[in-house]
Amino acid sequence: MSTIPKHPELSERFNADEPRVDWHDATLWWIRQKRDKAAHTLYEDWETLRNTASAIKDNVLGNLADYLESFERQAIANGAVVHWAADAAEHNQIVLSLLQQAGATRMVKSKSMLTEECHLNEHLAENGIEVVDTDLGERIVQLADEPPSHIVMPCIHWKKEEIGELFHQHLGTPKGSADPQLLTEAARQHLRDKFLSRRVALTGVNFAVAETGEFVVCTNEGNADMGVHLADVHIACMGIEKIIPRREHLGVFLRLLARSATGQPITTYSSHFKSPRAGAQLHIVLVDNGRSRQLGREAFRNSLKCIRCGACMNTCPVYRRSGGHSYHNAVAGPIGAILAPNLDMTKNADLPFASTLCGSCSNVCPVKINIHEQLYEWRQELTRQGKVDFGKKMGLKMMSSVLSSPMMYQVWAKWGVGPCALFQVWSIIPSIPGSNNGTCRRHPKNRSGIGI
Amino acid sequence: MSVRDQILAKVRANQPVDERPLPDLTSFPVRTSEVLDQFMTVLSTIGGKPVQVKDFAGIETYLQENPYPGRIISSIPALQHLAEPIPENADPHELANVELAIITGTFGVAENSAIWVTEANFQQRVVPFICQHLAVVLPADAIVANMHQAYDRLHGQEYGFGVFIAGPSKTADIEQSLVLGAHGARTMTVFLLG
Repeated sequence: MSTIPKHPELSERFNADEPRVDWHDATLWWIRQKRDKAAHTLYEDWETLRNTASAIKDNVLGNLADYLESFERQAIANGAVVHWAADAAEHNQIVLSLLQQAGATRMVKSKSMLTEECHLNEHLAENGIEVVDTDLGERIVQLADEPPSHIVMPCIHWKKEEIGELFHQHLGTPKGSADPQLLTEAARQHLRDKFLSRRVALTGVNFAVAETGEFVVCTNEGNADMGVHLADVHIACMGIEKIIPRREHLGVFLRLLARSATGQPITTYSSHFKSPRAGAQLHIVLVDNGRSRQLGREAFRNSLKCIRCGACMNTCPVYRRSGGHSYHNAVAGPIGAILAPNLDMTKNADLPFASTLCGSCSNVCPVKINIHEQLYEWRQELTRQGKVDFGKKMGLKMMSSVLSSPMMYQVWAKWGVGPCALFQVWSIIPSIPGSNNGTCRRHPKNRSGIGI
Repeated sequence: MSVRDQILAKVRANQPVDERPLPDLTSFPVRTSEVLDQFMTVLSTIGGKPVQVKDFAGIETYLQENPYPGRIISSIPALQHLAEPIPENADPHELANVELAIITGTFGVAENSAIWVTEANFQQRVVPFICQHLAVVLPADAIVANMHQAYDRLHGQEYGFGVFIAGPSKTADIEQSLVLGAHGARTMTVFLLG
């Protein structure tokens, strides 16, 4: 077993400040409610949209190799240069060599969870490259020398007074100033200077279209576009699962993405990059890093449908009360907990246990990933692989008979032995700060996937 | 075998057999006929400003009443006496001091008030992002109901760069407080023409 702090220990630290946990919990729940309202504005279409998005992704997973080849062919025809990286190290090396070819020692970067997953910034820093993250939330955590705690809202765990102090130290804002308007303006001025002076810009990719070779990047701030359109070299990094078959499918995903993420009808900018600007270069880096392995695991391949909206985090009683950093992985929350064991089963064996299996994640997922079922599957798989410590294993044996049968589960529940109490034995609570009797009355297999 | 071929071989070996066809996208009916009203309502909600004008003279009157002190650029011929043309082959950094950019929108989408524009609308890709304020001239009858109709319009269209823009640049990264004007335009005015 690794000695790296695990989710129970890390969330205990987070829970040391109870009012802060309440604040974090309430903030995320508010975003979940905004998501509900936005979904309700499309109530006639919403479930059809989710089913359609999921079916498109099924088709992608079944035909991924052909779609990747088509995307590459089209992208090259459009004037892009396509690179392939088997793992994080290859990805980082490709980006570094592109910077070196451009003679650049500085770069602006918009949000890309893939580069977090690959620890790109650290690799570039070791090689003398300065990276400035340009999403406001990412810049805040970068200045604080922290990873993001949420994939959509990277500094959701920071209070404005703390950001005020951070900006006072780094950007020279007046001491004691915590006005979001003033702090955002300071960041605007600070980052505008970076946009205007950097010659290489890196972005993530939200969707890449096999049919046309174009890709779409969604932001509210406009930071991806400010970086790219002022740079000589655009590097776009994407996991191979970001492919969608046709341009028209963007209609489905763009209707779902922002509504699920923040409750907005769409992000301010949905930028479609097809060919490089005249005189500029466009490089696309296609990264596997374990995705092809996950594709081969029947129980877990649906996790590759994820469009990174973060809705599962905002609704998760455990995430809301333990914070993103407790997951010690680039992607936190329920989706992170089913992606992380694929990256490293030993290091991330604790994460599938950081859940009440209440199923709320699956209910809000815009592409209908069976997240809570995969969390349950991972627990069994990790135990089979010998990655789970003794206490969890004993609990698991006791629980397996109960959980394998909805009837047994009901019997236990009727006895008044709250199912959550069983989970607590199983997972060695206090690892579940959000568990309560209201959240896991029903057997995971008897839950519907109705989005609410 | 190259890295590319290795990845593709692994994907091919591990991808499931799925012969189900792609889903039909025609099952999303248009839910409203009041697309202009919906567009204006949503735009106001997300921080944009809809302005209905009869003709370009109406835009001129509006700009006289609501002046933007500083550099104004536009590629719209009817507004050339109010703005300098967007320089086509200039260094994009030279646009850093633009106060207002006025561009033409191709079409709008009622459900989210996004407006589709491509680089053909503004010559330099950075224009709608680098300006302090953005104005888009959109024919009032060029509004579709939803994103499915939007992509029907884009079917087979060629562009090097295109973008849906919905309102001003914004962020809520500091304690979820909405602030307009993150890195892109601080305001977005949409002149609905005709």
